[in-house]
Amino acid sequence: MNASTNINVKKKDILKKRSRKNILLQRLSRNKIAYVSLCFLILVHIIVFIGPLVWKVSPTGLQDAGALANWSLQHPMGTDDLGRDVFSRMLYGGRITLIVGLAAMLFALLIGTIIGACAGFFRGYVETVLMRFTEAMMAIPNFFFVLVALTVLGTSPVMVVIVIALSGWMEIARVVYGETLKWKEYEFVEAANASGATSIRILTKYIIPQIIPSIIVSGTLTIAAAILTESAISYLGMGIQPPTPTWGNMLQDSQQYIWTAPILGVLPGAAITIVVLAYNFLGDGLRDALDPRFVKK
Amino acid sequence: MLKFLINRFGQSIILLLIVTVITFFLINLAPGGPSSTMRMDASPEERQAMVEKLGLDQPVIVRYASWLKGAFSGDLGTSFTSNEPVVQRIAERLPYTIELTFFTIIISIIIGIPVGILSAIKRGSVPDHIINFFSVVGLSVPAFWLGLMLILLFSINLGWLPSSGVGARGTDFDLWGWISHLIMPVLILTTTILPNIVRFTRSSMLEVISQNYIRTIRAKGAKESIVIYIHALRNALIPIITIIGVLIPRLLSGAVITEAIFGWTGIGTLILEAARGRDYPLVMGITIVITIVVILCNLIVDIVYSRVDPRVKNV
Repeated sequence: MNASTNINVKKKDILKKRSRKNILLQRLSRNKIAYVSLCFLILVHIIVFIGPLVWKVSPTGLQDAGALANWSLQHPMGTDDLGRDVFSRMLYGGRITLIVGLAAMLFALLIGTIIGACAGFFRGYVETVLMRFTEAMMAIPNFFFVLVALTVLGTSPVMVVIVIALSGWMEIARVVYGETLKWKEYEFVEAANASGATSIRILTKYIIPQIIPSIIVSGTLTIAAAILTESAISYLGMGIQPPTPTWGNMLQDSQQYIWTAPILGVLPGAAITIVVLAYNFLGDGLRDALDPRFVKK
Repeated sequence: MLKFLINRFGQSIILLLIVTVITFFLINLAPGGPSSTMRMDASPEERQAMVEKLGLDQPVIVRYASWLKGAFSGDLGTSFTSNEPVVQRIAERLPYTIELTFFTIIISIIIGIPVGILSAIKRGSVPDHIINFFSVVGLSVPAFWLGLMLILLFSINLGWLPSSGVGARGTDFDLWGWISHLIMPVLILTTTILPNIVRFTRSSMLEVISQNYIRTIRAKGAKESIVIYIHALRNALIPIITIIGVLIPRLLSGAVITEAIFGWTGIGTLILEAARGRDYPLVMGITIVITIVVILCNLIVDIVYSRVDPRVKNV
C-alpha cells in the first residue's frame, strides 16, 4: 500500500518535472551566461526602481558641490556639467530608459501578435493585406521611419515609446505568423473548431498559448533593440528631451566634457551596453532552451 | 524566368506604393502642417498664400495623387529649406552613402562568412564560444558610443585618423586622405551588420551539416575536410545571399548614426537635416529613394537566389 503511493508520488514528481516551463528553466539554468544575465537584469531593475526611494537626492536639482565635482560620499559619482548629482541621474535615467524599453516591447508585442496571428489564422485577403503591410514596413529602414515619425508626432516619452514600437513589431509579426500557420493544423485546434468554438476563442485560448515561448524570446530581444534605438535617437537630440534624464541624453550632454570629465560619458554608455548585452544573452539563451534541435548533451 | 521576373517586379511596385502611402499619410498627420514652420512673423495672409502655393488646402488624397503623379515623372517636389529640387539634393548626397555601405558590405562578407563557418564546424569549442560572445557584444554596443571611443583613441589620442568629413574630392583627391576618412565610419558600420552575417552563416552551416546527405558522405568514408568544404559549404552559402537583402535596411539605419558621428555628408545626415528643419518634401523624397534602393536590392537578391538554387524558380 505504502509502496504503491510512493510510486504514484514519484510518477507525479516526474510528470511535474517534465512540464514545459520546468524543462525551459532547467535548460536555461544550464546556460551560464543567460542565467547570469537574468540575475543581473533582475538586480538592475531592483536598483533602478527601489534606488530613488533610498537615494533621495534630486536628479535635476543643483548641488552645493558645484559643477563637475569629483566623487565623494555625498555624490558617489560626482556631479555633471550643471552641478546635478550623477548617481541620482543614473538611477532616474535608468528608470526611464528601462521603462521605455519595456513599454515599447509590450506595445510592439501587441501589434505584432495581433497582425501575425490574424494573418496566419484567417488566410486569404486578410493574410495578403497584413503580410504585404508587414513587408512594406520592413523595407523602410527602421531609423528613417523613427526620425520621420518623431518629427511629425513630437518627442514626448509616450510618443517615443509608440514610435519605437511602431518601428519594431515586424519581426514579432513574422514569428507569430509562422507559428500560427503551424499550430492551426493540429488536431486539438480542429477539435475546438468542431465543437463550435469561435475563431477568436480558438486564437486566444488554443493557438496563442502555444506561441507564448516564441513571443517571450522575441520580446526579450525587442527590449534590447528598443533600448538601443531610444539611446540612439536621444544621442541625435531627437528623443526624450532634457531635463528628464535618460541614459541616451546623458551621453549626449557628456560629449563636450569627454576630456575634463570622461566619467560622464563612460557611465551611461557602459550602462546601456551592459543592459542591452544582458537582454541579448537572455534572449539567445531562451531561444536555445526552446529549440529542440540544439539540445546540449 | 520571364514570368518570375514580371511577378517579382509587380510585387515590388505594390510594395513601393504601400510605402509611399504609409509615409505620405504619416507626414500629413503633422498638426498644423508645414506652414506652421514658417517664419514666426508671417502674417495670416502670407500663411494663407503659402498654404495655397503648396496645395495644402486640398484634401490629403488629392495631394497624394498629385505627388504620386510627379514622382512617376521623377519630380519629388521642392525642398522647403533650400528651394532646390528634392531629387537634386538627394542625388548630391546618395553617392557618399553608397560608397560607405559598399565597402561595409564587402568587408563584412570577407570577415563574416569564414568566421561563421569556423564557428559552425568547431561548434561547442572555445573559438565557437568566443565568436558567439563577440557577436552578441557587437549587437549590443551602441554604435555612437563606440564611434566616440574610436574618435577619442585614433583622432584625439593618437592623431592618426581625421575625426570627421569625407576628405577632399574632385581635383585635390588623394588616396590616403580618402582611405583615412573612410576607415572609422566603415569600421563602425561593419559592427552593425557583421554579427548578423556571422550568426546566419553559422546556423546555415549547422543546418546543412545535420542533413542526411552529409551523413551519407561521411558514411562513405570521405575526409572531414572534403565533407565540409566540397559538399556542405556550397549548399550552406546559398541562403546567405538572402541575408544580404535583409541587412540592407539595417545597414541604411546604421548609416544615419554613423554619418552623424563622423560628419559624413551622405543621405543619413541629409535626413537628419530634413527632419530637424521639418522639410517635409525632402523627408518624403529621401524615404522613397531609400525604399527604392532597398526594394531593388531585394529584387536583385531574389533573382540571384533563383539562379543559384534551382529549387526556387517560379515562386
